[in-house]
Amino acid sequence: MNAASLIQAVKDRFPDGVKASHSYRGDATVILGREFLLEAARKLKEDTVFQMNFLMDLTAVDFSTFGTKRSPAFFANSGIAVSPSPEIPDADPWPGPPGGHPSAGAAPGTPGTARFVVVYHFFSLPLKHRLRLEVPVGEAEEAEPEVDSLSSLWAGADWLEREVWDMFGIRFRGHRHLKRILMYEGFVGHPLRKDYPVNKRQPLIGPVN
Amino acid sequence: MSDHAGFFTSRLDEAIGWARKFSIFQYPFVTACCGMEYMATACSHYDVDRFGAGLPRFSPRQADVLFVVGTISHKIAPVLVRIYEQMAEPKWVVSFGVCTCTGGFYDNYATVMGIDTIIPVDVYIPGCPPRPEYVLDGLVKLQAKIQSQRSSGQRPPPEVRPEFER
Repeated sequence: MNAASLIQAVKDRFPDGVKASHSYRGDATVILGREFLLEAARKLKEDTVFQMNFLMDLTAVDFSTFGTKRSPAFFANSGIAVSPSPEIPDADPWPGPPGGHPSAGAAPGTPGTARFVVVYHFFSLPLKHRLRLEVPVGEAEEAEPEVDSLSSLWAGADWLEREVWDMFGIRFRGHRHLKRILMYEGFVGHPLRKDYPVNKRQPLIGPVN
Repeated sequence: MSDHAGFFTSRLDEAIGWARKFSIFQYPFVTACCGMEYMATACSHYDVDRFGAGLPRFSPRQADVLFVVGTISHKIAPVLVRIYEQMAEPKWVVSFGVCTCTGGFYDNYATVMGIDTIIPVDVYIPGCPPRPEYVLDGLVKLQAKIQSQRSSGQRPPPEVRPEFER
């Protein structure tokens, strides 16, 4: 199934759950409400139209500083001339209001008002099609973002969800053993959050440097 | 009389140093991509066996040179220190690759900014990764250091890296 009909098929089944969708160069993406996630995932796995039996990736994005500052050019302070060529436009690659929702006309990728987006990549081995599911979590007033665990449907989600918990601090409801997978016990904070200081070190041994 | 004794110990030191520098038993502590270059150096094309370092030992008790090859993260750092402590004296440490020398281009939550912050280092071989010729040069420098070591005294303390303002 192609990207447009995949998106339409999801929309038909979850008319309330699908907040927005886009397909950039054939990559179908559906932005789904959090409360519909488990149901939609089960549908994607078991419905004969989708047959998404392979969860390829599960990760998250922190949008809290998205669009608020420009990323510095590589080696900008090294004295080496690395400024981009004039053919490359200097404009913001993500125009639109920061935090604007795709349905409101902003570029795809901005999550609305939510801080995080949990991203799921599904693939169907029998039908050879892919779908990306984005679930916005963590509104401003929410201290501990939480989303349903998919480990009951795909066993491979277990470690991926532990990684997302470790790096972003997003909890997964129904996960049987949610503990850090990459960082060590005693590590404080979640290092891939944008508010984790880049220089902050928590060594187990030796000086803090 | 004392002159004769000095003559004998210095001759003995030289003989021991000569024997030690051509019978390096290395412990490769390989954690990252530098390991490929380490393997290239160790294999027949460049052949560290020419320098008597051809037999890596995978037990710290049997090794006398610790090759730290690749990025050391904060999670693995206690393991590295324990390996170092398990090695019997005399022992030397080679810092292989820029990540082990200074942390390299990593400046983040995960990486130790140079293994000399946790264990003493004898030879630094920077490079990302260092070419085999570079490694062999470091090995020859290490041999010179081993040769010049005297049994009469403690080994000279390793250079201390100056503190940098962050």
